[in-house]
Amino acid sequence: MSTANTLRGSAAIVGASLGTPGPRPGLSALDIMADAASGALREAGLTLADVDGLFVGSAYHYLSTLSAAEYLGIQPRFSDNNMVGGSSFVAHLLTAAMALATGQCNVALICYGSNQGTGFGTLKSMSEVQKYEAPYQPRYPISSYALAAARHMHQYGTTRRDLAEVAVAARAWARLNPDAQDRGPLSVDDVLAARMISDPLGLLDCCLVTDGGGALVLVRAERARDFPKPPVYVLGVAAAHWHRQISCMPDLTVTAAAESGPRAMAMAGITHRDVDVVELYDAFTINTLLFLEDLGFCAKGEGGAFVQGGGIAPGGRLPVNTNGGGLSCCHPGMYGIFLLVEAVRQLRAEAGQRQIDGANIALCHGNGGVLSSQVTAVLGGAATL
Amino acid sequence: MNDSSEPRAALGPDGEYAAHLAEGRFMLQQCCQCERHVFFPRVLCPHCGGSQLQWTAASGGGTVYSATVVRRKPQHGGDYSVVLVDLDEGPRMMSRVEGLAPDAVRIGMRVRARIVSAPDSADSAWFVVFDPVTETLQ
Repeated sequence: MSTANTLRGSAAIVGASLGTPGPRPGLSALDIMADAASGALREAGLTLADVDGLFVGSAYHYLSTLSAAEYLGIQPRFSDNNMVGGSSFVAHLLTAAMALATGQCNVALICYGSNQGTGFGTLKSMSEVQKYEAPYQPRYPISSYALAAARHMHQYGTTRRDLAEVAVAARAWARLNPDAQDRGPLSVDDVLAARMISDPLGLLDCCLVTDGGGALVLVRAERARDFPKPPVYVLGVAAAHWHRQISCMPDLTVTAAAESGPRAMAMAGITHRDVDVVELYDAFTINTLLFLEDLGFCAKGEGGAFVQGGGIAPGGRLPVNTNGGGLSCCHPGMYGIFLLVEAVRQLRAEAGQRQIDGANIALCHGNGGVLSSQVTAVLGGAATL
Repeated sequence: MNDSSEPRAALGPDGEYAAHLAEGRFMLQQCCQCERHVFFPRVLCPHCGGSQLQWTAASGGGTVYSATVVRRKPQHGGDYSVVLVDLDEGPRMMSRVEGLAPDAVRIGMRVRARIVSAPDSADSAWFVVFDPVTETLQ
């Protein structure tokens, strides 16, 4: 009686949308979410009346599924707002697949919106203060990531130049994506020369602060071929978390991606060689190195060498963050949904100039909190079922 | 085991930790079952689930596990240190190293705890910072 594996390929994404990308002055977080939700449903040829499963992550709405359903005018039979920070939407994939498989719902909508860029200009967070960290005034969340980066540099000889390579690769991808919000030329020296925020991370080691929304529509695989777009199947999803605050992270050089990655890949029945495109949650440059290592694309400590010389840039050894990532495409505060929408674009061969030829399997990895929540998903096209 | 722990029980773990600090003692919880030390304070041991934790004096010794310099404009107080310290008893805590420039703090540096007050903070009036060991040896 297999458990997780019975879910392999049981759910399919039949609609995916970012709504209207870019700055959305005057719009609320819910407005932006609704725009994306509407776009995803339109792609699927469905309407809001068809949605009976709702999954929402938000840094604005405490009772996020209630607020979202009210706004959208729907009365879902099943809803879930499992809050694991920016990784929430990747986690929702698993719950959605379970809810679909067990008949708790028939059409699942996963959605997100944020007006962080035009509305706040800084990270919007509902997080409680960490009582035993707050007296020392770490800048939240960057100082936590900086502490991880410093430890990685100390332990493995990783350099600021290695970190800068991540930002430069992300920008090179963004330059191929008309929806990316930061598309100017960027060099390693530019990244190194940017002002420091929390050593060893400077301004250009940090993600953008933007508006943005995203949405996915999922149905059971058996009916997925009846929809206008080629279905993208959920082959594997796994989540792991080992801490909340950075002072409680067991080893700052190893994230729980080392657990979620192998479980998700085992569920999908794939190896690294099968992965055509990788979307990683790059809130900061150190994330990409940690996740490449923890997910097994290179050995622990070798992330720096892996990304050197354009290793993850267009034309490199592994296509990573093909939309430009949180570093150069967009980052409205909870980035997870954007990993998934970009993977869908790639697997449907809709990614234009940045398209990976013949992309058939995508690995998406979401991060939440301060390297706290790690959720990995493997998505595949029709040939993978 | 600890004289002062009994009458303080009503404070709860957070309150008890703070009360010790206010009286000049840096105390850690130690599990009566697995004997491992616990920080932050709580009602059960995260290592074994044991519910009996006793307060024991921290040695004060530690090693810098990681360090960052938070950049801040001079008019707002200038750059400052944020570190993670591995206490000799095992637990790790966030803190800062005082007594040297923030960018001179090094991973692996031996440090010793000192209790300071934060007059502008109602929530954590007293907290622990660290000094480089070479500068605090008597």
